[in-house]
Amino acid sequence: MFLPDPVTTTVIILIQIGLIVAPIMLSVAYLTYAERKVIGYMQVRIGPNRVGPRGWLQPIADALKLLCKEIIIPTGANRFLFLLAPILALGPALAAWAVIPFGSEMVLANINAGLLYILALTSLGVYGIIIAGWASNSKYAFIGAMRSAAQIVSYEIPMGFALVGVLIAAGSLNLGQIIEAQRGNPLTWFWIPLFPLFIIYFISGLAETNRAPFDVSEGESEIVAGFHVEYAGMAFALFFLAEYANMIMISALTSVMFMGGWLSPLSSMSDLPVVGLFFADGIHWLIFKTAFFLFCFLWIRATFPRFRYDQIMRLGWKVFLPITIAWIVVVAVMVILQIPPWFAAP
Amino acid sequence: MSTVSYLKSLMLWELLKGLRLTGRHLFKRKITVQYPEEKTPQSPRFRGLHALRRYPNGEERCIGCKLCEAVCPAVAITIECEPREDGTRRTTQYDIDLTKCIFCGFCEESCPVDAIVETRHFEYHGEKPGDLLYTKEMLLAHGDLMEEQIARDREQEAAYR
Repeated sequence: MFLPDPVTTTVIILIQIGLIVAPIMLSVAYLTYAERKVIGYMQVRIGPNRVGPRGWLQPIADALKLLCKEIIIPTGANRFLFLLAPILALGPALAAWAVIPFGSEMVLANINAGLLYILALTSLGVYGIIIAGWASNSKYAFIGAMRSAAQIVSYEIPMGFALVGVLIAAGSLNLGQIIEAQRGNPLTWFWIPLFPLFIIYFISGLAETNRAPFDVSEGESEIVAGFHVEYAGMAFALFFLAEYANMIMISALTSVMFMGGWLSPLSSMSDLPVVGLFFADGIHWLIFKTAFFLFCFLWIRATFPRFRYDQIMRLGWKVFLPITIAWIVVVAVMVILQIPPWFAAP
Repeated sequence: MSTVSYLKSLMLWELLKGLRLTGRHLFKRKITVQYPEEKTPQSPRFRGLHALRRYPNGEERCIGCKLCEAVCPAVAITIECEPREDGTRRTTQYDIDLTKCIFCGFCEESCPVDAIVETRHFEYHGEKPGDLLYTKEMLLAHGDLMEEQIARDREQEAAYR
């Protein structure tokens, strides 16, 4: 290398960021396609199938359409905040990927406070929504933003407590070490000892990403489109990207913290000659697990009607919060008693 | 809330039942009709674009009685008429504003000579304002085009009229 060291490091990191962000953007595009297909199939329709073979080019067409559209800034809107909001929504959604381990050595930032970083960034996304609602100078957008703020603040707490459970079980805030702590077979993954926390984390994840049945902040049938009602073109597309990037991230996090991340469920078969590579630990298992949880996101959206606002609050504060606190105690006792196979003494 | 129903809701029992139902539908045979290539069956009573009919000898049927104009709930029909040289009464103007028309079929029901009919044709469009104001000539031309099917449908439905 002829370049000074800091420059090389920066360039390498930038390339790594590109390698993470580009596949995420592509996944977002095809997640929208998968969503339309899955929901279509569940409604006994076949979904988009006109653009390209079987509709595979549909997301490209959608993106091009949004790129070509005009960004309209409403009268009376705060220009600066109005344009800042979509960036604030997308930024944290992508930044959180820095600490997700894709393999035993494949992680952009192997920091020890990974879990805290994740918790901080998933909550930051709500600023984009609140600022968008306020800056739009529109009553629908404002109502959507208020609902979203209250909802995300409420579900942040059970989500945080679920993460505390993971922290106690793994004994580390580092996501790589959390995965290592689950090594073994599917029965040693944390989803069994932390089962209630696993379910609550996933449901809170639905609420955090404003997905059905917790989509009161969008609430098409009541408040038009909620916080992004005044957005058009690329500004709207950024909110869209943020929502779907968050969905992928929550799915990836659920896989990492409860389903063993990149650990293979059949690691004993990795000694086989030909199929061994498939059964070995690796990024493909993280992708499979993430895809499964993403499918659950879509499945749930196709199944349940929207929650009423007070029911959302009741569920968050009066059901999830007590259960998570109680289960943290249970987990702590299990760890102290060193119950095998999860918490056996090293 | 009884203990059983409390436990049921805690175990998400009903939500899982809902997920099972949608999960089953995922694998059901899809009922989508691929529209431009495939079409759903039409009834002979289908009420699409209007047409003015002629007798087999080429004489237009409409006698300008203005019953359709009177019955039209959307006031979409405009008729002017005067006697022809042979002494019969015929329309000089017969306009249907398709942007007003609600396709109720009253004009067809009220017509004493089966002149104005609604055909099965529904794939038409207008590209600029005024394109959907159909004049007598357009309606007659459409009737000439569709006469075969119109006659067949009327014959089939005659017993119920």
